[in-house]
Amino acid sequence: MAAPETSTAAVPTLYTNNTLRNAFGGVLSFFILLLIGVMAFSIRLFSVIKYESVIHEFDPYFNYRVTQFLAKNGIYEFWNWFDDRTWYPLGRVIGGTVYPGLTLTAGTIWWLLNSLNIPLSVETVCVFTAPIFSAFASWATYLLTKEVKGTGAGLTAAALLAMVPSYISRSVAGSYDNEAVAIFALIFTFYLYIKTLNTGSLFYATLNSIAYFYMVCSWGGYTFIINLIPMHVLLCIVTGRFSSRLYIAYAPLVVLGTLLAALVPVVGFNAVMTSEHFASFLVFIIIHVVAFVYYIKGILSPKMFKVAVTLVVSVGLAVCCAVIAVLIALVASSPTKGWSGRSLSLLDPTYASKYIPIIASVSEHQPPTWPSYFMDINVLAFLVPAGIIACFLPLSDASSFVVLYIATSVYFSGVMVRLMLVLAPAACITSGIALSQAFDVFTGSIKFQLTGASSNTEVDAAETSSSTAESQTDAVKTEKPEETAKNRPSRKSKKKEREHGEKPSTEAKAEKKRLLALPLESSVISLLLLVLLGAFYVVHCVWAAAEAYSAPSIVLTSRSHDGLHVFDDFREAYAWLRHNTDVDDKVASWWDYGYQTTAMANRTVIVDNNTWNNTHIATVGTAMSSPERAAWEIFHSLDVKYVLVVFGGLVGYPSDDINKFLWMVRIGGGVFPHIKEPDYLRDGQYRIDSQATPTMLNCLMYKLSYYRFVETDGKGFDRVRQTEIGKKYFKLTHFEEAFTTHHWMVRIYKLKPPKNRIRGKTKKSKSKTSSTTSSPKRSGTKKKNPWQ
Amino acid sequence: MEARIRARVNLALTFFALLFFVAGSSPPRQFVISNAERRIDLSSHIINVHLTLKVENAGTRSASEVVLALTPTEVDHLAMVDASAIKGKRKKTTSVRLEVKPTELPDAPPIDTKYFTIYLANPLNSGESTTLEVLYVFTHFLEPFPAEIAQSESQLVFYHDTALILSPYHIKQQTTFIKTPSTKVESFIRMEPTNRVGTEIKYGPYEDRPPYSISPIHVHFENNSPFAVVEELVQEIEISHWGNIQVTEHYKLIHAGARHKGVFSRVDYQSRQSSNGASSFRYLLARLPPRVHSVYYRDEIGNISSSHLRTDSLKSELQIEPRYPLFGGWKATFVIGYGLPLQDFLFESSDDKRYLNFTFGCPLIGMVVDKLTIKVVLPEGSTDPSPVVPFPVEHHLEAKYSSLDVVGRTVVVLEKKNFVPMHNSHFQVYYSFKPIFMLAEPLMLASAFFMLFVACVAYIHIDLSIRK
Repeated sequence: MAAPETSTAAVPTLYTNNTLRNAFGGVLSFFILLLIGVMAFSIRLFSVIKYESVIHEFDPYFNYRVTQFLAKNGIYEFWNWFDDRTWYPLGRVIGGTVYPGLTLTAGTIWWLLNSLNIPLSVETVCVFTAPIFSAFASWATYLLTKEVKGTGAGLTAAALLAMVPSYISRSVAGSYDNEAVAIFALIFTFYLYIKTLNTGSLFYATLNSIAYFYMVCSWGGYTFIINLIPMHVLLCIVTGRFSSRLYIAYAPLVVLGTLLAALVPVVGFNAVMTSEHFASFLVFIIIHVVAFVYYIKGILSPKMFKVAVTLVVSVGLAVCCAVIAVLIALVASSPTKGWSGRSLSLLDPTYASKYIPIIASVSEHQPPTWPSYFMDINVLAFLVPAGIIACFLPLSDASSFVVLYIATSVYFSGVMVRLMLVLAPAACITSGIALSQAFDVFTGSIKFQLTGASSNTEVDAAETSSSTAESQTDAVKTEKPEETAKNRPSRKSKKKEREHGEKPSTEAKAEKKRLLALPLESSVISLLLLVLLGAFYVVHCVWAAAEAYSAPSIVLTSRSHDGLHVFDDFREAYAWLRHNTDVDDKVASWWDYGYQTTAMANRTVIVDNNTWNNTHIATVGTAMSSPERAAWEIFHSLDVKYVLVVFGGLVGYPSDDINKFLWMVRIGGGVFPHIKEPDYLRDGQYRIDSQATPTMLNCLMYKLSYYRFVETDGKGFDRVRQTEIGKKYFKLTHFEEAFTTHHWMVRIYKLKPPKNRIRGKTKKSKSKTSSTTSSPKRSGTKKKNPWQ
Repeated sequence: MEARIRARVNLALTFFALLFFVAGSSPPRQFVISNAERRIDLSSHIINVHLTLKVENAGTRSASEVVLALTPTEVDHLAMVDASAIKGKRKKTTSVRLEVKPTELPDAPPIDTKYFTIYLANPLNSGESTTLEVLYVFTHFLEPFPAEIAQSESQLVFYHDTALILSPYHIKQQTTFIKTPSTKVESFIRMEPTNRVGTEIKYGPYEDRPPYSISPIHVHFENNSPFAVVEELVQEIEISHWGNIQVTEHYKLIHAGARHKGVFSRVDYQSRQSSNGASSFRYLLARLPPRVHSVYYRDEIGNISSSHLRTDSLKSELQIEPRYPLFGGWKATFVIGYGLPLQDFLFESSDDKRYLNFTFGCPLIGMVVDKLTIKVVLPEGSTDPSPVVPFPVEHHLEAKYSSLDVVGRTVVVLEKKNFVPMHNSHFQVYYSFKPIFMLAEPLMLASAFFMLFVACVAYIHIDLSIRK
């Protein structure tokens, strides 16, 4: 299509012509990529422009705090950091329990800028890390898709990824979370894997291991890579696509990658001990066996080979059975079968809700609904099937990988909303392939219809990118056998090969094209429809970036008739804690607010969003769901001075503690059986009005939330639950109000100091309560006071 | 609290005791104060004492040094002392500022008394008299009593002083007026003749008091004016010759009144504002220079969304609200930053130097600043900086590196403790600067990119592969 069909005489002109066009295409795609990067960066700045340059939500505050520590104290202190500001009195070894990729990345950027005397604050760097890395991620997508289906598909996929809402939701400016860099690392690792697979170059294989190492540093989702790649390798072996390139792509990754992964403290020996990694080792063994078999097959005659196979298979089966039996016994002896809770809930979607309320309580661990697919990947959902079909025409190693990637990620995204993020790049890649192929077909047929069959020497300018793309893929394909022979040819020799390889394939292509040509009108209309689809996608993405995902969630705004109203209550409360309490005071709150409290208020918390100790969280949950005195005792035993609750009833903020309260009861009840969920429900219904159960109306959470609430409007009307509260007038005996924010969204209470002398009356009531409720905590406090 | 009062009384008694021993050996006895009038304004937490002295030279020689005496506690809280001579009769009075310096008198009688000397413009001849006006400004001088109050209580404070003016000279006639912010005065010590009319308590007139006579009094009254104190203010003024002055102010604010005790109830604070949190404050007003732009107001955890900026051609007013209302003892920190046009503040002096002319002070109105640090960041490459400030300040030089600096910028750091709004005045920083330095950074960037492109071109044209 691009080159003249058959003309041996025209080789010099063809050569110059092609070079020029290649150069032009290269420059054009370079600038397109640059613009895609700029777009990926700038579409994520809505949050900064509409709100402010601030860290968002919960986990990013922790990462920000870690980065601050890193910037202040250096890398060695960071590895040894024992954080005593959280999980009081246990503390947390941050250096050994955190995925350091994100913080190290941002810390390095900050250090680099500061050594160039560009005085940016750590916060600014953290805020803009995610947008920068989404630009990188779209470039990585380009590279990956280019390896699979050529430049045109690559550019389309990169453009799609730059603005896919699912990814935007995790990478707007300020959303400083692991996923921000991990998605880039994920795509880039896949790219290097495909690149190695296509070239068989050990250089890329090494790079691949390093990229995998970066991914391990960044996100727990690296297990996806270390399971997906073995699956693909297995698929290739089973479908008879085993080659030395596959071996080069896989074996170094497992060896080097596992060694490197074990260097990350949080992974450590898990890299060889946990079941998540077993698949890779199993496939590692299989690929060696297969490679050995191929080798033997090469040196033996077919007859001898058959004999050898029967011999080996019979012996091997016996050995394998024994080994597998031992393995199963080993794995089965461990309580979780060697799988971590989150991974298990991936395999069995109902696992978490059945056994681990703390995982099930997080909204992002819930299965997604259909609208959320439309919201997060929009029209890509319709393009994906087309892309999968395109991957099968023709099926190569690379495109089979894409098919496998999309299939597995669709499954995982169906289990957890959060993993929609893994689906997004796959959906973008397949949709990019689909769109680009469709454009190819349509523009090709238009050109064919317009110019007729006689002369297709004219080059349509609009087609440049896609045509070069195809010629390049063709080139890559024809290159393969040659390249495997000599591992890494220089760029110049490569270019020459490309010129040679192009002619026959383009001929064949043009032949095929003629057969596939569509009528002119239908192609034009389809093109227009495709453009319309793309436009719809762009509009949706910009809307999602601007409206749906840009809110930082620590500042809330509402638009009323008299303008914009800002609810900045969280920071009001945190600033109050920071400046007006003692630096060593302990603050108890539900774990959602732990990271924010340590980062913004700089006070010690009991539990935080790193939910590593279920018992500790259950203790706080129990305290929140106990009556005042019992709660006071629990908190007092934990040295708590302030209790923080989030209350949305006055302004109608729905995600407050009363709405989360049932989870506190469930998690608390899971460890301390005297907390029973049915006690808080009236006929299975959760309510806080006059029909609510006495246990509910007397629990600490209810009291702290609604203390003196009735005095605001005289009725005590809760705007979130849309009802009047059940118990309106009550006094607090063991807590006193220390601070309430302007819109009452955060209420902070202080524990009253213990009484000097235990009077007979309180003693009696205490013995009564302890007879009904007997927690280990209680007996612990009893032992402390021998005169009681 | 109790102990402190007792200590003060003890101190006063010692003074009395000492008086009799040392009355004979006091220093320049040649002046006599024929009439002294003192007006003490207690309406805010910054105490202004206006002292009008009619000084008469009763000695034989002419003299030009008048000595003022202050108790040690007063000196500890003294923010500024300012003296001027009143010239002319009746309506045509003009005041001439006089130099005031702290001095030590070697043979001074009561051991702890501190002295300030006023240097008269013209020596006063024997028998002549002149009128001096002295302004003392005290900070942190009102003592909250009770020291802790609940949300619904209003703030009561003690003011300690003497009914008689402490002076090394004989005072023939003296009167003291104390003005309280409201008529709510719990108690005050009388020393006849004393009478109280409305918000004013009048002590005196007292006739013919010998040198160093004192008589301790205290006034216990309601003062609900915001005791807003900036514990530390760091103001950074960064000059860019590209046309902008960037000012960044870091505040550490505290409510220095009676400490808040017990519960803070939002429902009470919101519904009964008149009787609740009377001594607390929510709003602060900053007066910024005109033509101010890109104003921001934030703290370490982000933007504070409650502020209003009103600008007109003469001034800009920024009303800010800390994140939470400040009750006694509560603290808040925040940063205010703004940009100003360069031509309004930077001028060229005659000797080919440039100078910055800027206000020395805190833009927040009615603030006491315990420690004020002004950092003037001069552009990179400027030399010989010299500050000119109308009152004594500590100053030293620093270096700062920002936006691709190589040698660093010279920073002139001026420090002043116990700063009150009466100090507000202009100061200048002179320095020399060659405009060619403005181009250093753009050139550096351009050459860096040029090198990058050259490196790229070189890399593309070199084939590094081992095998051909």
